[in-house]
Amino acid sequence: MSGPFLSSSGAPPPEPAIRIREFNLWYGTFQALFDINLEIKNGLITSLIGPSGCGKSTLLRSVDRINERLGYVRIRGSIEVFGQEIHAPQVEPAQLRKQVGMVFQRPNPLPISIRDNVLFGYRIHHEKGGRLARSEADGIVEEALRQVLLWDQVKDRLDHKATDGLSLEAMQKLCIARLLPVKPSILLMDEPCSALDPRGTAAVEELIWELRDRYSILIVTHNMAQARRASDECVFMLMGRVVEHAPTDQLFVTPAHRETADYIEGRFG
Amino acid sequence: MTDPRSDRRRPADARDRHWYIDKFFEILMFLCGISAILFVVGIFLFVFREGLGFILQDMNFSEFFFSPKWRPTSLVRPTYGILAMVAGTAAVTVLAMAICLPVSIGAAIYIAEFAKGRTRETLKILIEFLAAIPSVVWGFIALSIMNPLIIDLFDAPMGLGVLNSALILALMAAPIVTSLAEDAFKAVPDTYREAAEALGATRWQAIRQVVLPAARNGLLSAGLLGVGRAFGETMAILMSSGHSINIPTSIFDSFRALTATIAAELGETAVGSPHYRALFAIGIFLFLITFLINMAADFIVRGVRKG
Repeated sequence: MSGPFLSSSGAPPPEPAIRIREFNLWYGTFQALFDINLEIKNGLITSLIGPSGCGKSTLLRSVDRINERLGYVRIRGSIEVFGQEIHAPQVEPAQLRKQVGMVFQRPNPLPISIRDNVLFGYRIHHEKGGRLARSEADGIVEEALRQVLLWDQVKDRLDHKATDGLSLEAMQKLCIARLLPVKPSILLMDEPCSALDPRGTAAVEELIWELRDRYSILIVTHNMAQARRASDECVFMLMGRVVEHAPTDQLFVTPAHRETADYIEGRFG
Repeated sequence: MTDPRSDRRRPADARDRHWYIDKFFEILMFLCGISAILFVVGIFLFVFREGLGFILQDMNFSEFFFSPKWRPTSLVRPTYGILAMVAGTAAVTVLAMAICLPVSIGAAIYIAEFAKGRTRETLKILIEFLAAIPSVVWGFIALSIMNPLIIDLFDAPMGLGVLNSALILALMAAPIVTSLAEDAFKAVPDTYREAAEALGATRWQAIRQVVLPAARNGLLSAGLLGVGRAFGETMAILMSSGHSINIPTSIFDSFRALTATIAAELGETAVGSPHYRALFAIGIFLFLITFLINMAADFIVRGVRKG
């Protein structure tokens, strides 16, 4: 990590939400990430930008260890979430993913009812003892859907299958809504608007901005305008390395590195 | 420079050698394509023609379906009741599926969701190998291995019967059910599993709560095709059932299957006799049932595509 590192306005939180140190990752024999050092501040929106294939999604997907599903991924280095090393042997992925929620590039609601989608994560983490009471479940569903501004649109068809008859924008909002009852502290978003039309993008961006106070958000984006208007800090990656990490205004106005300047001016990528 | 329009004045016959070869193969492929349909229709017509005489002239519907007495060679009064055989075939099919489905679906879950690389390929090859064993070999296994085994294990008077046939049929239907169930799991988009796991579900929770419901129709159709397989099997059943006409009341009872009856008796009847035609009537009955099962399986899979 390099470049001037200004603290953002307001009191700096004592501890970073995510601290990545000397992190390397290989897909088989291909090395995708090189010596990543990064601190993602608590309570802010941090955007990850860079050209295709620079490793930004890989980095994001390492934070909730969802990359491990592939089976041929090797890593070296450390990632801490609120001071806890996520690769420690006593850490179960399920616990980690309770704290770190993820929104994918393509909206991926589960092929069950809208209601069950919202409750899916909650049930997994809270329904150890007995079944959830109907009234409690209704409250959770309504609250989550209200937070993502979807309640009015779907309240009459909560029992419909979520994969039929919803717009991509509504599906993506639902995918955000189902994270909320689990009460994560970090939200990872992998190009959450890239499948949406401009209106949907605006709506989801607005929603992300609304969630800003309650969650630390790390968002991968291909869209520089989006990074610029919708994030507090910005990380520029290139060829599997972090080139620059700075407050968004500063990174876009006075980038410290030549590559950053070239990229944000559209000379490559 | 030539005028591009001059081409048009040339004689328009492009039918050179390649054109004829192309047409020839097109027609050949067309004939191959429709031959399957022609054969199915042909078989259908043949079986119906042979069986129809019996159905129209000699058949007593209530006797045929509700009498357990199959005595086609009786000199005094031949009777043609298939109830005992229907009961036997149904019992063995149900028991075979009760054994086959859990095992096959479990195997399919392991292959599709857990096994990786070498293990998975080896398993798939082994299962295909299981499908390639001829049914008479299964019958031989039933007679020479399962029969004494069942007698020893359960202290049964005889090892040929419903249990033996059901075990053999379960093994015979397992490969097709497993590979169809695996296809059903493969058809579930990986994004569902990823979404479930990202929400903190374990692999098993993701399978049970997301993948299994999403694959439901495919699994149902796999099960139905397994039923069709068990229902239509002949040789292995003939060898493992004991072949006595009897409505089975326990899993150790001997029974006789519809298919096995046709196989065992058709060669010994006079062509055109009532007995001969009664066997064809059984054939029509079998044909209709397997046709319905396959249709149902097909419709269920189509339902998946639409959903």
